[in-house]
Amino acid sequence: MTAGPVWVKSEREQERERIRRAQGRRGASVATVSVIVFVVLVATVVTNAPGWSRVQVAFFSAEHLRASLPDVAEGFLLNIKIFLIAEPLILIVGLLVALARNVKSPAFLPIRAIAALYTDASRGVPTLLVIYLVGFGLPALRLQGIPTDPATLGIIALTFSYGGYVAEVFRAGIGSVHPSQLAAARSLGLSQTKAMRFVVLPQATRRVMLPLLNDFISLQKDTALVATIGAMEALRQAQIHTLDTFNYTPYLVAALLFILLTIPMARFADHLSERTRRRRSA
Amino acid sequence: MARPSTLLALGALAAAAVACAPVDDTAGTAAPAPSVSTACTKDQLKLVNAGKLTIGTDKPAFEPWFKDDDPSNGQGFESAVAFAVAGELGFDRDEVQWSTVKFDSAFAPGAKPFDFDINQVSISPKRAQAVDFSKGYYTVKQAVVTVDGGKFAGATTLAELKDAKFGVQVGTTSLAAVQEIIKPGEEPNVYNDQGDAISALKNKQVDAVVVDLPTAFYVTAAQVENSKIVGQFSSTGGAPEEFGLVMEKGSPIKSCVDKAVDALKSKGELAKIEQEWLSSAAGAPELK
Repeated sequence: MTAGPVWVKSEREQERERIRRAQGRRGASVATVSVIVFVVLVATVVTNAPGWSRVQVAFFSAEHLRASLPDVAEGFLLNIKIFLIAEPLILIVGLLVALARNVKSPAFLPIRAIAALYTDASRGVPTLLVIYLVGFGLPALRLQGIPTDPATLGIIALTFSYGGYVAEVFRAGIGSVHPSQLAAARSLGLSQTKAMRFVVLPQATRRVMLPLLNDFISLQKDTALVATIGAMEALRQAQIHTLDTFNYTPYLVAALLFILLTIPMARFADHLSERTRRRRSA
Repeated sequence: MARPSTLLALGALAAAAVACAPVDDTAGTAAPAPSVSTACTKDQLKLVNAGKLTIGTDKPAFEPWFKDDDPSNGQGFESAVAFAVAGELGFDRDEVQWSTVKFDSAFAPGAKPFDFDINQVSISPKRAQAVDFSKGYYTVKQAVVTVDGGKFAGATTLAELKDAKFGVQVGTTSLAAVQEIIKPGEEPNVYNDQGDAISALKNKQVDAVVVDLPTAFYVTAAQVENSKIVGQFSSTGGAPEEFGLVMEKGSPIKSCVDKAVDALKSKGELAKIEQEWLSSAAGAPELK
């Protein structure tokens, strides 16, 4: 660097910056004060509300928390087991159904029709109804090899119910890949199957990661529905405690466990979308 | 210089806080309680629906407590008891109306849509903190039902049932009996209602169900083919377990309903109704 005219900020610019700094400071302090005032105000209004002591006793009782936590947590392990097994099964079912709906050859019309029928049925029937139907209906057949354990039956029912949603998500992903990609792959000599496997599906899957995770977060909550067919999961354990004492803290304990479970999943989804954004803009 | 919208928000917050005032605080100051003890005539009673006695029970209503899932026909033990109590209070049959109330919400705390509820609800100190109970109208025992010829059909003691997979309804004294008295090795399957537990027995998803004894007789007679009562046992160990009519906590008609139940007892009316509807429900072996 050689000596030259040294650039200095003009007086006017310095004045501008001074004002901007002052404004920034004022903004920050106003924000701080308003947050403090708001929190204090809400806290006093809520805790002084005439019903607060009851809310505290009914929902935030340390005694009932201690009494119910071990049972509810033990039940929650079953929820985790159910969705850990159901999730891969749902992915497989969803992907197969989405692929079946994309088969073009006229000879495969029955397969396309069955796949379409399945998505209609699984998305149209309420999950709770499917759980009752599978949970009580299947064992009533008394056929050899049909499970009687409520958790297993619940996994079957949830897989049926969520398979349709996931199939539609995959189908949308496959549809979103531009036809030129497939055309290019075919022109390079890849068969239809290989083009789907190596060109279309990788792009489609990446695009549908977020909606897929969304469905799985929903699935984690719906594992509680399996309680209706007898499984001793978190909701049921909490209910047993609550119906014994009429204190609603155990329900809140179960709710908290469910939230704790969905948070990592939600953050993972955030991370993925952030990564996609970064790669796109790079 | 707060903006109008800010003031509005604060106002709404304050209004919401006041609106959440505990209900019975206001009710307590408004209605002086005693005066009910004087007269139990129809027009003196404070009812949910004026002029009508509203009685709650669950749907479906099972035999032998009700008949044909219709509580208003006067058939079945509890329907008959309900109409007898109504009669004692001075209500004709057409002045009684029934409302459907889920078993476990009948005795949860809070305002009730019925004057009293009759649904095989056992009186317990914990439940009595949330609702009022009338005097007991029936002394009940728990019973174990299993498939005839099954692994546990021959059990004569509770200890022999420890390895069984039980099915039982949530929030019942039957569940408490399983968890606290039988203490099976495997966790029981717990269902939303009794019908679900019984279909699980039918489908062989559970080895045995625990229900109260009269229900057990109905299950074996009409609901599950080839089933049998293993035996009966007391869920409390000591004091007898009794069914009571459920009323809202602090119900103004409690003393009148108590009087009516007492009158039916001393007149032998209750025993007669029991004889008519539950006579077959006696004589199952005791499980030690």
